[in-house]
Amino acid sequence: MIDADVHIPNPRIQDLMPLLPEHWVEHFNNTVDKGASQEYYPPRSPVAGRRGGLAELREAVFEQGGAELAISSCLYAVDSVHNPDVAAALATAVNDWQSREWLEREPRLRGSIVAPVQLPDAAAKEVERCADRPGFVQVLIPVRTEHPLGSRLYHPLWKTIEQSGLVAAIHFGGAPVMPPTPTGWPSFFLEEYTAMAQVFATQLTSMIVEGVFDACPDLRVVFLESGFTWIPSHLWRMDKEWRNLRRLVPWVRRPPSDYFREHVRVGIQPLDSPPDPAHLSEVVDQLGSDDLLLYASDYPHVHACDAGDLLLRLLPDGLGRRIRSENARSFYRLAQGG
Amino acid sequence: MKYVVAEASEIELGGRKIVTVAGRSIGVFNLDGEFFALRNRCPHQGGKLCEGKLWGVIRSEQPGAYEYRPSREILCCPWHGWEFHVRTGQSWCAPERLRVRRYEVETVAGGEIAEAAEEPEAPEDPEAPAPGMVKGPYAVETYPVSRDGEYLVVDLPA
Repeated sequence: MIDADVHIPNPRIQDLMPLLPEHWVEHFNNTVDKGASQEYYPPRSPVAGRRGGLAELREAVFEQGGAELAISSCLYAVDSVHNPDVAAALATAVNDWQSREWLEREPRLRGSIVAPVQLPDAAAKEVERCADRPGFVQVLIPVRTEHPLGSRLYHPLWKTIEQSGLVAAIHFGGAPVMPPTPTGWPSFFLEEYTAMAQVFATQLTSMIVEGVFDACPDLRVVFLESGFTWIPSHLWRMDKEWRNLRRLVPWVRRPPSDYFREHVRVGIQPLDSPPDPAHLSEVVDQLGSDDLLLYASDYPHVHACDAGDLLLRLLPDGLGRRIRSENARSFYRLAQGG
Repeated sequence: MKYVVAEASEIELGGRKIVTVAGRSIGVFNLDGEFFALRNRCPHQGGKLCEGKLWGVIRSEQPGAYEYRPSREILCCPWHGWEFHVRTGQSWCAPERLRVRRYEVETVAGGEIAEAAEEPEAPEDPEAPAPGMVKGPYAVETYPVSRDGEYLVVDLPA
């Protein structure tokens, strides 16, 4: 089994100090700036994970969870840091910390490069710096960004990710200057949390319509913690509107749903839970391909239901096997047994 | 059954005339001196197709790169923008499974103009609005137009 979404906790500033250049060490020592202060999940909220070290992760993901490989990410919010040089320095330190403290110590763990996506040039540089480091298989991109991800501003970053042979992991969260819903600032975290599916939908539309996959035909994208029940109806709508309006975007030469199925994979946790679980297998069928879903536990975040158990119980064995390991193995080009 | 629908000089280059023949509304188009007739009813949802705008062919390999050919042969339905080739009536929207009714086009002896309704394979078709586009589910009914002296004649199936 391959677990496509586990998390390593955010480092504290004192963890990063040994990895930061001297003048930034002085800066963090002598000012109130202690690095990224935002977290995508409010600390100690019911959806926030417990903190744990490598020993806890090994126990939960590999021993108890039964994964042979796990793809991890660290949700350190460099995208919330307004000083561009601090953001870049922190991303570098976080990546070195991930390498040293996690990836080098646990060969079954794969990692995600943290990059300051608010500064696409700096993000591309950090991706290039880390691309060949052992363990890194993808670049973490929080789904909430300052501009839609299909914007031309991000095309050089997509190109860098594509050429580095890495996957772009678009993940729940993000702390840009924009509100987390399409109509403005909500009052409660419940609203923000629920609206994240709409943010994913918007980003998917943007990337396809603005030609990211035409500019980068080998780009691979994984959606993590996006849910997937919204996807079929969104693709129906997008395909329909493409027929009517495709002249505006003539580089989009196939129905949008084709691009989605070719380029995007989706983690299964957290699972939208219909009152009748049988409806889930209908939605999986409507996705139109057996290649799309990836098993994910979202360790150490706690969800109301275990997506893996519930979903895999409903689906035929062959499809279950694909979701548990084959889809991730082929999409991430992971070798058998390691 | 043949119907005289216009004087040839009536429809200028790039122009059109919408006529009613045998209870059917039909658009007759002049493309570079060739005349084509289409049913004025979009097979998608019945919009007045022949009142739509004519467009050139636009292709693109990369975001922001446009290759434009001002042929103005693509007719867009005013309702939903579905695209049809004026020459063949074929839609170029998206691959679908539906089959459509088509009319054979005959060459009218003695006439100077006839329309070619041959359809090459979709991916190689130079008339496809973009490379790789597949023919859509619909074709609008087309009718042969011939020129008899100074008059345009549309041939409707009985």
